[in-house]
Amino acid sequence: MATEIRMPQLGESVHEGTLGKWLKQTGDTVAKYEPLVEVITDKVNVEMPSPYAGVLEQIVVQEGQTVTAGTVIATIRESGASARAAASAGTATASPPPVSPPRTASPARPATPPPPASRPFGPSQPAGAAAAQQPNAAATRGGDSLRLTPLVRRLAEEHGLGHDELERIPGTGTGGRITRDDVQRYLENRSPAATGRSPAPPSAPAPAVSAQPAGAPGDELRPLSALRKTIAERMARSKREIPHAYGVIEVDVTRLVRHRDTHKTVWRTREGVNITLTAFAVRAVSRALRDVPVVNSTFTAEGVLYRHAINIGIGVALPDGLIVPVIKDADQKSVAGLARDLEALSVRARAGKLSLEDVSAGTFTITNPGAFGSVFSMPVINYPQAAILATDAVARRPVVVGDGIAIRDIMHLGLAFDHRAFDGAVAMQFLNHIKQQLEGFAPVGDSPEF
Amino acid sequence: MAAKRYLDAIHDALHEEMARDGRIVVLGEDVGRKGGVFGVTEGLYEAYGEARVLDTPLAESCIIGVALGMSVNGLIPVPEIQFADFIHPAFDQILSEVARLRYRSNNDYGCPMTIRVPYGGGVHGALYHSQSIEAFYAHIPGLKIVAPATPEDAKGLLRAAIRDPDPVIYLEHKKLYRSVRGDVPDGDAATPIGPALVRRPGRDLSIFAYGLMLHEALAAADALSKEGVEAEVVDLRTIKPLDAETILASVERTNRALIVHEDNRFGGFGAEIAALIAEEGFRFLDAPPTRLGGPDVPAVPFSPPLEHWFMIDAERIAEAARKVVAY
Repeated sequence: MATEIRMPQLGESVHEGTLGKWLKQTGDTVAKYEPLVEVITDKVNVEMPSPYAGVLEQIVVQEGQTVTAGTVIATIRESGASARAAASAGTATASPPPVSPPRTASPARPATPPPPASRPFGPSQPAGAAAAQQPNAAATRGGDSLRLTPLVRRLAEEHGLGHDELERIPGTGTGGRITRDDVQRYLENRSPAATGRSPAPPSAPAPAVSAQPAGAPGDELRPLSALRKTIAERMARSKREIPHAYGVIEVDVTRLVRHRDTHKTVWRTREGVNITLTAFAVRAVSRALRDVPVVNSTFTAEGVLYRHAINIGIGVALPDGLIVPVIKDADQKSVAGLARDLEALSVRARAGKLSLEDVSAGTFTITNPGAFGSVFSMPVINYPQAAILATDAVARRPVVVGDGIAIRDIMHLGLAFDHRAFDGAVAMQFLNHIKQQLEGFAPVGDSPEF
Repeated sequence: MAAKRYLDAIHDALHEEMARDGRIVVLGEDVGRKGGVFGVTEGLYEAYGEARVLDTPLAESCIIGVALGMSVNGLIPVPEIQFADFIHPAFDQILSEVARLRYRSNNDYGCPMTIRVPYGGGVHGALYHSQSIEAFYAHIPGLKIVAPATPEDAKGLLRAAIRDPDPVIYLEHKKLYRSVRGDVPDGDAATPIGPALVRRPGRDLSIFAYGLMLHEALAAADALSKEGVEAEVVDLRTIKPLDAETILASVERTNRALIVHEDNRFGGFGAEIAALIAEEGFRFLDAPPTRLGGPDVPAVPFSPPLEHWFMIDAERIAEAARKVVAY
């Protein structure tokens, strides 16, 4: 009897995932907890460990396909008596096709494409309205749905979490049980819009490419990587839903750059980390967010949700895309501490080792196109946040100082903001706050702190 | 303040209390001339003489019976049961007489007796020198039971026990005698019977332990902390009367409970704590209250691998804690 392996629920607000590379092929022996398949969500990539030991019998969902949590993605013949029986019955009719899918970059094409088991409006779906309304969240918990611990029950009562809402909380406990921490994480991220009745499902994202353009001879269509697809969807959603407005300010960072150039070797020895200009920028931004709190918010239909925590996401470029790890409570950290966080997160990001925790709960984002030489950038807001700041390259420029012309280190800071949440005056107040901090940079002695 | 061994702390408490109150009498097997098989009563015979430090026959029912007679006649006896494993012959005296005397006499007589009981395994003592006996006695109304884990509490609780007007079973863990050192305040401080103590605060689960297991629980908490799990460790110190308030407050903070004792699990004292948490802390719980106890085999084996298998250690506590947290 084959055991079904289901798409796991990978974390908060992650209801579906795309299968990356299958690390095991049909017929391979799999140990318990051995990495089985890569799963790519809109937040992070993980290797899914096999929940069972046995022989991989059938791959149901192929690489590149996106399925909701709970969908059967493969079957495994568990080791033990049944496995021996299967092994001896080599020619049994039920045995899987012996041919392994080719391990090439292009997605394998199964002879019969598996049905889209959990697409709400798929053709194989029964016409029953209730069945079509919601993806079956219960399936993610393997039938143990909503068996709540007394504490979770009480928390739900205290915070007015209805049954619908509870069903949507991804459980990280055994068997997908919702734990205290799951509820707390959910409450932290819950927007007022989510209270009470379940909101309408988000409108289906418009296809990234609306019509297949006719290919000219020599053209080559390269399928989207899962990461690319995620970025495409999120960027499109941000631009579609958020009316972006922009403000750019010029910052004279001469004093900061000199101070850093003088002391960076000492800092590296003393603090054990390269203190980058980004660390200073994060420090200044976190203070500005505290003073202009509406920038650290999310626009909702019910009102502007001011975020209490200041968790700053930092865009990190990867060979095939971009990921945004988050520095938690950035306003409570020193420049050296921020530099350490930045280094650790980018190392983990480039190694593909970020955890969900690392990329969750951001309230504001900084992107650094300056690292690639951009001097004037207009970034796309990291949905559903209210603003994103681009730090551009520091360039030596002739500028007017008093009645003369001097050569100074100049950097542009560009803010894209959600014009529904606040207006240009606030945006410039925020940018000026940062500017004043960076231009008035006055550290004590050789310290990086200011 | 001086760093003392657990054993020295007990010795000092006896010595100082005997000096303070001439009614205090120590009796037991080899407690006099030999100074006790572990050396706890060393020097008492020389200091206070044979009228106050009595060597008794190898008959525990007699030791407790004699002590009972002393206490109703105005003395304050501190009998020693050489090993907890040998207390069973005295069970009837303790249950039927010592624990009930105040109740039976309508408060006319009390029994200010402190029964010192070296207990516990992990010392290669095998079947007859390794047992834990707290569960039997915790069931008896009229008894108090303490189980200190540190030198400070060893001294403070022994003082409090001797000064208590009612019978107290004082459990001293043999493995702690010479393995644990700690500061013991000078002066007359007593540790009150009753209050438990949060030895380490945490947010992810509460580990309840006493005696030797407290130290294993603290080591487990250190290991768990490296994995990002912050365990609160509560030292019960007194088994009876149980400090329900501290236990429930801790569970309210952490929402998860792991109860650890080296005594075997079935019908063990941990069941009482688990039941308390389930009954009165139900709404705080994010995981079932879980017990970790010794295996249900007749006694601690002699063979070192088997003894190791029997004894709960930090690693096993951490393993159990991970399961509770992952629930």
